[in-house]
Amino acid sequence: MTSPLQQKLKITGPSIVTANRTGDGAVIYRTSSNGWSTELSDAAVVRTADDAKALWAEAMADDLGAIGSYIAPVEVGSDGSIEPGNIREAIRLRGTTFALPASA
Amino acid sequence: MYIHDEFDSTLLKERVDEFRDQVRRRLSGELTEDEFKSLRLMNGVYLQLHAYMLRIAIPYGTLSSTQMRMLAHVARKYDRGYGHFTTRQNIQFNWIKLSDLPDATADLASVGVHGIQTSGNCIRNVTTDQWAGVAPGEVDDPRIWAELLRQYSTLHPEFSFLPRKFKIAVTASDHDRAAVKIHDIGLRLHRNGAGEMGFEVLVGGGLGRTPFIGKTIKPFVARRDILTYIEAILRVYNQYGRRDNIYKARIKILVHELGIDKFAREVEDEWLSIKDGALALDEAVIADIRSRFKYPAYEKLTDNPDELKQALADPTFKAWYRNSVSHHRVPGYGIVTLSLKPVGGPPGDATAEQMDAIADLADRYAFGEIRVGHEQNLCFPSVAKRDLPALWRGLDAIGVATPNVNLVSDIIACPGLDYCSLANARAIPVAQEITRRFADHDTANLIGRLHINISGCINACGHHHVGHIGILGVEKNGEEFYQVTIGGRADEGAVVGTLIGPAVPYAQVANVVEDIVEAYLDLRLRPDELFIDTVKRLGVEPFKERAYATG
Ligand code: SF4
Repeated sequence: MTSPLQQKLKITGPSIVTANRTGDGAVIYRTSSNGWSTELSDAAVVRTADDAKALWAEAMADDLGAIGSYIAPVEVGSDGSIEPGNIREAIRLRGTTFALPASA
Repeated sequence: MYIHDEFDSTLLKERVDEFRDQVRRRLSGELTEDEFKSLRLMNGVYLQLHAYMLRIAIPYGTLSSTQMRMLAHVARKYDRGYGHFTTRQNIQFNWIKLSDLPDATADLASVGVHGIQTSGNCIRNVTTDQWAGVAPGEVDDPRIWAELLRQYSTLHPEFSFLPRKFKIAVTASDHDRAAVKIHDIGLRLHRNGAGEMGFEVLVGGGLGRTPFIGKTIKPFVARRDILTYIEAILRVYNQYGRRDNIYKARIKILVHELGIDKFAREVEDEWLSIKDGALALDEAVIADIRSRFKYPAYEKLTDNPDELKQALADPTFKAWYRNSVSHHRVPGYGIVTLSLKPVGGPPGDATAEQMDAIADLADRYAFGEIRVGHEQNLCFPSVAKRDLPALWRGLDAIGVATPNVNLVSDIIACPGLDYCSLANARAIPVAQEITRRFADHDTANLIGRLHINISGCINACGHHHVGHIGILGVEKNGEEFYQVTIGGRADEGAVVGTLIGPAVPYAQVANVVEDIVEAYLDLRLRPDELFIDTVKRLGVEPFKERAYATG
């Protein structure tokens, strides 16, 4: 099977790399300083397929720190703020769209 | 209740130790995720959107109060204080940390509960009627047979790597509460013309991308032969099932492609060669399993005690009693369904506090026994009718006495996009909104029996194909849309519902459901013509017209 990194990659706008943290599964974002953060605002934003591939390759190399990394779309505001690019990522960032039973 | 033997507890203990070591090696970097993934899945550990998820099997849906308290403990100590009961008599914890999993699984194993075979291409948790052993008119207690299959299939070396996952369900009543026709193998216990008890065997049922209703492969298999016959089916499937294409790998596709007659001939040939082998059942084996099920010591009680008569003067109690208490095979007792579908709540969720309180109430009023049904509700199988008023007060105090069982707000919904990494769209908030629209119990009663099922993607964990109204989340240009089907059913008359038209956006789904229900109220011949019967009589057109009229 061709590795995903060898496959043609299309990105249509600003993107980030996200994953889940190995120890606790928490949602994390790849930063520009070769690390991870639970804050989307810390994520490295890439705009070309090559940059996205490079960031993703770095993320995948960290098998101990993160699992299931992938490239996800974001929207970047004029002030540089980063927002999730789709509802799935919005839910990953903010949690379920309803109050959890134990806290309701 | 079933009393496990030494073999089970040793197996679980060894498994927990093994898993603890695997997690340690993963966290230290000795194992890569690629190496670890199949190991965690074998223990029921998935990765969801926000966190790891632990899926725990509840064999044949039977839990003791002790086990329920342990689920509460795990929810509280290792998760976020609640669990989610699924359509397959499992419970899922959604926020568990990998580093906590060894301790959580050890705690669960201490009461005989585990996540083994809740994932992977093996034989999954064998499910059955949540009223098993107490349903009036039942041929036999189907849990005895589900337990036999559990023992047979646990870590079965030949069937641990089937072409795809494999689900078996058993029923022993005329009315099928176990949805056996949508399982890979469905077993229906019944008596033949000579009065002997045996099984009708159905095969090739399943939902997902390509839904099929199971077909009868053999109308009567004697009890002695049931394991050999099932083994023959599994062998034929294991040999011919499509391993090349995940979408075609379930047994339903093989049965469909070969045709039931050819498939049945293959199975028959295989069966004849093993029929009198080691798996031919000895009555002593069945008797041993039977003896391990402990039944309550029922008293001789009146069916209409004073406590009940007096309580029925209270309309709130009466509404609950009529809706949630069913006939028991023993006079003076009732079967009580606990609704996990509060108006506006996520279907099938229970908090740790609710679980603890349910365990206490079970000890007090229900012989310490709790059942889990595929509709994502719980059940106390045996409650003395004189205790019903006191029990109701206890259940009401913790929010599990909503009198909506089998009504429009008793919605089956999968976790959907709020949790599930495979989802296209949300399911739980759709269910919540529909329950708010039908919050009035008088209206819900006027509508009568109506099952709504919601899945967040084509994998159909919410069984949307067989909902009277089925709702399937799809994605269109990054937006959540929903296809609506009507006329499906999951019981003995199982049928796949019919799509009524183009998918509608998230904000429209509850409106469409309201339109369909209003159309039904206008179109039904009599108040007791059920929704499903009106759809059968008229087809989907009149409903479609109404649902899309306002577009
Ligand atoms: S139906 Fe789809 S979205 Fe729902 S739980 Fe199953 S896989 Fe997830």
